[in-house]
Amino acid sequence: MSVLSVEGLTVSFRSEGAWASVVRDLSFEIGGGETVAVVGESGSGKSVTALSIMRLLQEGVSKIEGKVMLEGRGDLLALPDETMRDVRGAEIGMIFQEPMTSLNPVMTAGFQVVEALRRHRGMDRAAARAEALRLFDLVRIPDAKRRLDQHPHTFSGGMRQRVMIAMAMACRPKLLIADEPTTALDVTIQAQILELIRELQADTGMAVMFITHDMGVVAEIADRVVVMLRGDKVEDGPAAEIFAAPRVAYTRMLLSAVPKLGSLDGSATPRRFPDLKGDPDSADPANEPDLRADEILAVDGLVTRFDIRGGVFGRPVGRVHAVENVSFSVRAGETLALVGESGCGKSTTGRSILRLIEPRAGAIRFDGRDVMAATPTEMRDVRRQMQMIFQDPYGSLNPRKTVGSAIGEPLRVHGVAHGEEVEAKVVAMLDRVGLPPEHALRFPHEFSGGQRQRVCIARSLALDPKLIVADESVSALDASVKAQVVNLMLDLQKDLGLAYIFISHDIAVVERISHRVAVMLLGEIVEIGPRDAVLANPRHPYTQKLISAVPVPDPARKGTRRPLLADEIASAVRPVDWTPPERRMVEVGPDHFVMES
Amino acid sequence: MTAFVIKRLAFAIVTLFGVLTIVFFIVRVLPGDPALVILGDQANQASIEALRARLGLDQPLFVQYLDFLGGVVVGDWGVSMVSGRPVIQEIMNVLPDTIELTVVSLILGVVVGVPLGVWSAIKRNKVPDYIVRIASLLGLSLPAFVSAILLLMAFAIQLRWFPVISSGQGDTIGARLRDLALPAINLGLIMAAYITRVARSAMLEVLNQDYVRTARAKGLSFAVIVWRHCLRNALIPVVTVVGLYLGILIGNSVLTEIVFNRPGLGKLIIGALNQRDYTMLQGMMVIYTLIVVLVNLATDLVYGLIDPRIKYQ
Amino acid sequence: MTVLPAPRPAYWRRSLAAIGSGLLAAFNTNKTSWVGLGLFLFVCLLAILAPWIAPYDPIDQNILFRLKPPSAEHWLGTDYYGRDTLSRILYGARISLMIGLFAITSAMIIGSFIGMIAGYYGGSVDIVIMQIMDVLLAFPSLILGLIVVAMLGPSVANLVIAISLTAIPPFARIARAPTIAVKEREFVEAGRALGYSNPRILFGHILPNILPEILVMGSLWLATAIRVEASLAFIGLGVSPPTATWGGMIREGFENILDSFWLALFPSLAILIVVFSLNLLGDGLRDAIDPRLKGEE
Repeated sequence: MSVLSVEGLTVSFRSEGAWASVVRDLSFEIGGGETVAVVGESGSGKSVTALSIMRLLQEGVSKIEGKVMLEGRGDLLALPDETMRDVRGAEIGMIFQEPMTSLNPVMTAGFQVVEALRRHRGMDRAAARAEALRLFDLVRIPDAKRRLDQHPHTFSGGMRQRVMIAMAMACRPKLLIADEPTTALDVTIQAQILELIRELQADTGMAVMFITHDMGVVAEIADRVVVMLRGDKVEDGPAAEIFAAPRVAYTRMLLSAVPKLGSLDGSATPRRFPDLKGDPDSADPANEPDLRADEILAVDGLVTRFDIRGGVFGRPVGRVHAVENVSFSVRAGETLALVGESGCGKSTTGRSILRLIEPRAGAIRFDGRDVMAATPTEMRDVRRQMQMIFQDPYGSLNPRKTVGSAIGEPLRVHGVAHGEEVEAKVVAMLDRVGLPPEHALRFPHEFSGGQRQRVCIARSLALDPKLIVADESVSALDASVKAQVVNLMLDLQKDLGLAYIFISHDIAVVERISHRVAVMLLGEIVEIGPRDAVLANPRHPYTQKLISAVPVPDPARKGTRRPLLADEIASAVRPVDWTPPERRMVEVGPDHFVMES
Repeated sequence: MTAFVIKRLAFAIVTLFGVLTIVFFIVRVLPGDPALVILGDQANQASIEALRARLGLDQPLFVQYLDFLGGVVVGDWGVSMVSGRPVIQEIMNVLPDTIELTVVSLILGVVVGVPLGVWSAIKRNKVPDYIVRIASLLGLSLPAFVSAILLLMAFAIQLRWFPVISSGQGDTIGARLRDLALPAINLGLIMAAYITRVARSAMLEVLNQDYVRTARAKGLSFAVIVWRHCLRNALIPVVTVVGLYLGILIGNSVLTEIVFNRPGLGKLIIGALNQRDYTMLQGMMVIYTLIVVLVNLATDLVYGLIDPRIKYQ
Repeated sequence: MTVLPAPRPAYWRRSLAAIGSGLLAAFNTNKTSWVGLGLFLFVCLLAILAPWIAPYDPIDQNILFRLKPPSAEHWLGTDYYGRDTLSRILYGARISLMIGLFAITSAMIIGSFIGMIAGYYGGSVDIVIMQIMDVLLAFPSLILGLIVVAMLGPSVANLVIAISLTAIPPFARIARAPTIAVKEREFVEAGRALGYSNPRILFGHILPNILPEILVMGSLWLATAIRVEASLAFIGLGVSPPTATWGGMIREGFENILDSFWLALFPSLAILIVVFSLNLLGDGLRDAIDPRLKGEE
């Protein structure tokens, strides 16, 4: 007997007078104690499916057809609104992707859990509070009693997601719908939350519908998988079967595009992602850096700190040690990856090198020039050769400028090209990143995410840079697009001898693209060395923890349980008078250094 | 929270200081010698000199400035050039009338405006929304004196429900309320028009937030979501805006007082302007800006109470 | 930077057109904006054509036709001096629109510039500028207008100065908020990484993104300016008589309110129509532009 059974679900939205279906004839079942993962890239209709089951779509502009049978309730779509409200929050709990905005900022975290208890379980104030405290403990929120009375903005993202889970679990639902609950979280926190959901499921026997785009997460948590593509179910089956023998091309593509940790074991150089047209992995040429090449960039003892001002007179009350004594170098044609979790200072490091943020101390030598000593005019010249690509390819393009003027403007500003030459160069750059020349006339919103990132790459290539700092440049892209952009970057590196500083939290992509890896924690590099050495043989405890938390698309690993933890990394905010301790790096292998603990 | 309060207080003091400085220099650069204005063209040189000395006008500008600042602090705002009575006394005589009018109007504006704005947002792009939007747009398109004249023509002259001239000095509470009714309705409805619009757009924004979806997923009813979860969030911009619109409210109160011939700061400032009573004008500017700065301080503090994110700073 | 003699390529012209098309799209999202714009342009046309279409001279006194109600000769009646109300309203429109447009255009340019500088540079520049603006904002606009006009004397130029002075701080605030929002967007940082100068980023990249919002607020503040001008005239601080101003006409009509209500009524309607049309225009546009700044699409 299944807890949830969806039959022939079709969801349509009205846009400009016409109905367009976004989910078509979808059927699947979830049994008690079972976890079904609904997987797909953006636009596959997986979130819409979840909202349709809960009947949370806006009425009037959406139309839901088919049947959603919930154990003991019959067809949810046929229930009167009043009854449906009794189902929501009581029999079906739901957690959302954005923990930062999913809690009401003016209410205490505890009240928001108490509210659900009083609504559905008819508890009085005191009983509900006691139960909320128990739930906070259940989801491992440290110091639960105090936390009940605090407002959401004092919670970290992971802790907020725990509050959301406590709220969803409050009435012991038969079904938990989790809509990308870990996508916005750091990988070590993601591991904790996944473990928590599994633990709660084991205790209560509830059914879980888990929506995700990440095949690694699917492998960690799912018993069965439903694969969706643009509103259609293309394949479903037990997780082990799907991973072992995907039947349709789309699933194979999803699986092959997903970065796999350990897929480059034993190889020192980066390699393109397997071509989706079916060329075997091994045929891809590798990117070999020229080991005789000089260091193009040498950073020594870089320090960037921000004062936190507060109090009446705006005196510094604390200091963020965003980058602390960071040293590394990059050769031409080489990729150094900076990895770490949010707040570790990797992005600030990248921006400090370009002096988009002024470092407090340290030396930066780029192509024989002292960057720290450059005047603003000289700095503009330095930035010609040192480019940056950002995370959000839409945000980093001016929405009111055509792609052509976006690429052409730097050429004109730096006087690199004039008049007709600009246009010729724009076309050449578009061609370089695989876009047709007529795209110069388009605006950023007319492109897909992957194309926009290509435009950003074209813009930075226009000035013939020697080094590109790529800050989470592929993190926002779907897996298949991500693979294509990484391949493009590798091709460009091979052809132009570019050096990359690749800033990313995504270890699996880092493995593909980098020659060397530096792991950052609280503003410091704790481990740096050849990629293979760092990822396959991590020596620092934090690196070990980070790598073990990366979900691997291999359901065989599902059995390995981790301890239920709730520890989070301390922040890099320190008292004003704090002086960073002396650190020493120890060489543990060829070119492989680890911070002494 | 304490740091927040002290900070706002400090800002208010700095603003007040700047405002007083501007007031002082505006009055000083007014064309014409105040002594000459008071005594008239025929006055002899000696009496002019004497009056200048008495008014402190023979002192260096800097000394006059310090005198002025000191006087404001201790409540010595000079003497009216026309009536000869202390300025602060003249202002305090009519201040309660103006405060009564504006506070009642503000309450009326909030009581009418907030529910209408919320209702309009809930019924977005439906008939009630259109009606509320057109009505509020009309409300803020009418200059206060025009709406005052229209109200006067309809309810005082044609229907004779209310007195044409509201002395504001009625002996009984009933008489006082009758005097207050039309001016307060005039000001209150204009204020309601502004507040309705802000409440509507704030509510629309809040209704789109993720936490509203969370609340729906919890199985809460729509009414609970709107009144418990959304309203408090939507009130945050409303409070800010009430502070910002205070200047408009004050300007409108001047016009309303003139049309209804009601005692208050409005009549006082018009009289002072017509008779070139510089000390009185100076005092008027001080009291108006004082009110604005204090009310803005109050809205800042209320803001701190509504928004928990400020409490923890 | 070298100046380009060559014609701008097509994609450059499209970039420029994007600013206009942003506004056009906003117009089409909210059709009431077209109604407001049409009404406002119609009033502007009447004001421009006043010397040719007004049936009488607006200041020609005729004692024989004092306080006449609306009739075939005088569609909207005559005032205490026998002047034709319709003609005076048409000429009054010229004064209201001229003062409003000049005052708001100058306030918009000065205020937006100040606000953009404050928002872009932030820090102590921002604190100092906005503190000065707060000081100016502490003067209720009508009171500041009263004092300035009383000080300088009631002329068109002085009214423009008085009204624009009251509108500069609001525009500084209006421009500052989206400047800060846009500044945080990655394309601004991308511009810095590409070696663009601050003026280029501020005026070439940020301004086009916040311009539609400023223009929309401009139309709303134009409505306010016209209302304030009328209020000042009503108090007796408008352009000096016998020049026809709407506020002044209402002031004279108010003195005869008990027997000749039309004297106050018609100019009141004129103000209402202009201010309402501008509010309709600006309000519809703001609704359309607002989400775009938050969500971008």
